[in-house]
Amino acid sequence: MPQFIDRRLNPRDKSLGNRMRFLKRTRARIKEAVDKAVRERTIGDAAKGGSVSIPTDGINEPMFHDADSGGDRSRVLPGNKEFVSGDRLDKPKGGQGGRGRQGAQDGDGEDAFTFALSEEEFLDLLFEDLELPDLIKASLKDAKLAEPRRAGYSADGLIPNLNVLRTMRHSLSRRLALRRPSRSEIERLETRLAEIAEAPETEALKEEELRLRVELKRAKHLQRSIPFIDPIDVRYNRFTRVVVPRAKAVMFCLMDVSASMGEREKDLAKRFFILLHLFLKRKYERVDIVFIRHTHEAKEVDEHEFFYGRETGGTVVSTALEAMAEIRDKRYSPAEWNVYCAEASDGDNSGGDTERCVELLNEAILPTTQYFAYIEIADRDISSHWSGGDSKELWRGYADLAEAAPNFAMRKVSNPADIYPVFRELFARQREKGTP
Amino acid sequence: MNETLRRPRAAKPMFEGAEWDFALMQEVYDAVKDIALNDLGLDVFPNQIEVISAEQMLDAYSSVGMPLMYSHWSFGKRFVRDEMLYRKGYQALAYEIVINSNPCISYYMEENSMAMQTLVLAHAAFGHNHFFKNNYLFQQWTDPNGILDYLEFSKRYVSECEEKYGQEAVESVLDAAHALQNQSVFRYRRANKLKLSEYEARRRTRLANEEASYSDLWRTVPNLSKSKEPTPAELEAAERSLRHRLPEENLLYFLEKSSPILQPWQRELLRIVRNVSQYFYPQRQTKLMNEGCATFVHYHIVNQMYDRGLISEGALLEILHSHSNVVYQTGFDNPHHSGMNPYALGFAMMQDIQRICVAPTPEDREWFPQLAGHEDWRGALREIWANYRDESFVRQFLSPHLIRKFKLFVLTDKASESEYAIDAIHDAEGYRRVRNALADSYDVAARDPDIQIVDVDLLGDRKLILKHRRRNRVPLAEGDRDKVMRHVKRLWGYDAILQEEDAG
Repeated sequence: MPQFIDRRLNPRDKSLGNRMRFLKRTRARIKEAVDKAVRERTIGDAAKGGSVSIPTDGINEPMFHDADSGGDRSRVLPGNKEFVSGDRLDKPKGGQGGRGRQGAQDGDGEDAFTFALSEEEFLDLLFEDLELPDLIKASLKDAKLAEPRRAGYSADGLIPNLNVLRTMRHSLSRRLALRRPSRSEIERLETRLAEIAEAPETEALKEEELRLRVELKRAKHLQRSIPFIDPIDVRYNRFTRVVVPRAKAVMFCLMDVSASMGEREKDLAKRFFILLHLFLKRKYERVDIVFIRHTHEAKEVDEHEFFYGRETGGTVVSTALEAMAEIRDKRYSPAEWNVYCAEASDGDNSGGDTERCVELLNEAILPTTQYFAYIEIADRDISSHWSGGDSKELWRGYADLAEAAPNFAMRKVSNPADIYPVFRELFARQREKGTP
Repeated sequence: MNETLRRPRAAKPMFEGAEWDFALMQEVYDAVKDIALNDLGLDVFPNQIEVISAEQMLDAYSSVGMPLMYSHWSFGKRFVRDEMLYRKGYQALAYEIVINSNPCISYYMEENSMAMQTLVLAHAAFGHNHFFKNNYLFQQWTDPNGILDYLEFSKRYVSECEEKYGQEAVESVLDAAHALQNQSVFRYRRANKLKLSEYEARRRTRLANEEASYSDLWRTVPNLSKSKEPTPAELEAAERSLRHRLPEENLLYFLEKSSPILQPWQRELLRIVRNVSQYFYPQRQTKLMNEGCATFVHYHIVNQMYDRGLISEGALLEILHSHSNVVYQTGFDNPHHSGMNPYALGFAMMQDIQRICVAPTPEDREWFPQLAGHEDWRGALREIWANYRDESFVRQFLSPHLIRKFKLFVLTDKASESEYAIDAIHDAEGYRRVRNALADSYDVAARDPDIQIVDVDLLGDRKLILKHRRRNRVPLAEGDRDKVMRHVKRLWGYDAILQEEDAG
């Protein structure tokens, strides 16, 4: 007698433990692959999981096995078409090229080892040793909107909000309490009366007919005087205004692309933008990204252009801020959108323009912006991301602003490891500054 | 048994359409079992049939097909690879996995249609099951009653060790052990140790024999051995190899017993790895036969079911479609060629043996006098399934007919020559050479490099000496060889060297 067992409902992910071990063992390699993948991806889908390839050294499992070439060997092959015994064939050039993949049946060949990471694993690795952030709440305090929410029932309201179920339930209980005769009850009396009328007349029937007639009259009266639905039965859905976070956010990425911003600087800026985008993504239903790059004039561009386009010129930061305010006014009304802005620059600005920037920020931008983050990409050798030493033009100009405005923050970044701490500080600081 | 005697066709097939449920599976199982036991005369372990999802199948893949296995990162690696291949559609999952245990556990995918479930029931629950229970290698080397308990123990033991000594320490021992696992099986049964009394009795017989066959004439023959008196060093070496029972081909066994530096728990880990390796050794030696047997059994059973009207024509066609996919053999020049397909060759050989029994040609009579015209092909096949492994099976039963059918040829590649040579093809001169070459390629003992521990001086510098005997001067792959030797050194604790020598 066989035993049939349905294992389909057994816990899945039996291999999860082994999978974690594998990832742990190859963490450094995978991290490299993830970083590379992020560089190649767009901000919008940077955080999606996907396949990564890592080199096989370090994860191959060596065993004693024969080399691919050398010695004498013979093989039996199927599908002979034209060979006869004694034929000789040239060996492929470069030794045994035709058999190079012999050892690779287990995926352990020389090729890279490719496999898929889930989104969570991907994020974990992307922000490794950064502990995924949990500080968005504080920064979203005022990103609220009152929205009607269902809140029980009320006795008055508009007809479209009538709650039929509740109304009928009240009606039914009232009718039962007042003993309103149902239609079937009246029908029963009427049929019985009709039967009596057709039957031969007797004393008993006559008496019953009389009794029934009285009963029917009373019932009809009751039915008329007790309404099926009374105004006191009626109930409406009640709504109340509840404050909920707003669902849409727009993120402005501002970057200086003048000649002084090299590959490294742009890469750092990109990481920062990615992080901010991930944050916003988790909080809002919809996040738009606007890329504005500037030299001595600003321009809205697509992502590829933003990171990889080449442009030369001077540096006038205020143009970017103007462009941002303009786009915001045109397309992203602050009444509807949460506006976030991240600016990355190497800190250079043309003389006199910094005052203009501060003025723009103070008057046109900061009042309607959730948060404005400025990061300055510092030289590689500046290990601390804290301000200090000789500051650049823009930094000095913004410094006072940062003191005064609660939704403005600035930091210096010099290498990728700084990005997350800087990010955390940017938001943590606002919490300190905010209302106690 | 009378071939022409057919049972009346059942009025109605057992199922229509793809849906299956457990009640139906049970019915089909009973029908399959009837044919397997009463027609083919198979002898099987009780079956335990488990239905699993695709994800669970992936899980099972990664732990070498076993339902439970100790934890190790390499299984995770296999898992992530298989998962990606599966999700991207590069690789379909197996329809079933079957485990050599008692009761015989087999896993079936829930996605299979009822027709496919019928096929895999016949294939795994009866074909493989019969082979596991009856083949001599499995009978000698594996313990189907104890394997699950043993794996359970090893899983628990490994996780206890990880708690006590840390995951890293455990993994590094397992890594090293895994590297040596193919060189850590006993290939031959050890002679039973004689009891003292038996030993004494044998010694006396030998003495008596010597006395009886004594001839004074031998004294006059010049004593050659005298000129080669063993040196003290040679004597010492001989004494050492006697004490450590060297040479030893089971590397992990030797390290487990003799390594000077391992802790008891580390020795136990080596033991677990070599026991698992030993458990799988018969499977590595009988891949061709095992699949051939199971494929033949399912083919025979589903055809019988169709003849009896138990399955519809549609179901039979679906089964045959996947059957013929499985037994397809690519030619050597096909880009997808990856060697001989064990399903194709195994199935073809089983069918060929049936053909030789039932309808032999004159050629068959010459080559297989013991099989040609055999009155009971079922019995003949059962006997072959019980008593051969791939290598001996091919050497014995590959017929010229099949060599022609597969158009086999032998390609030799000598390092000293700049060209390949076609050594033999499917012609009268070539049959035996092709057959021998193919049989050699199925000899696992000859395929795995022959590496043995030959000497160690525990009182001296404790250097461990391994010897690789190169067959046909084929060297080891150097990169992996050096990595494995590092593992050996780590387990041994002292220096270890690998000598290479051409086998005579």
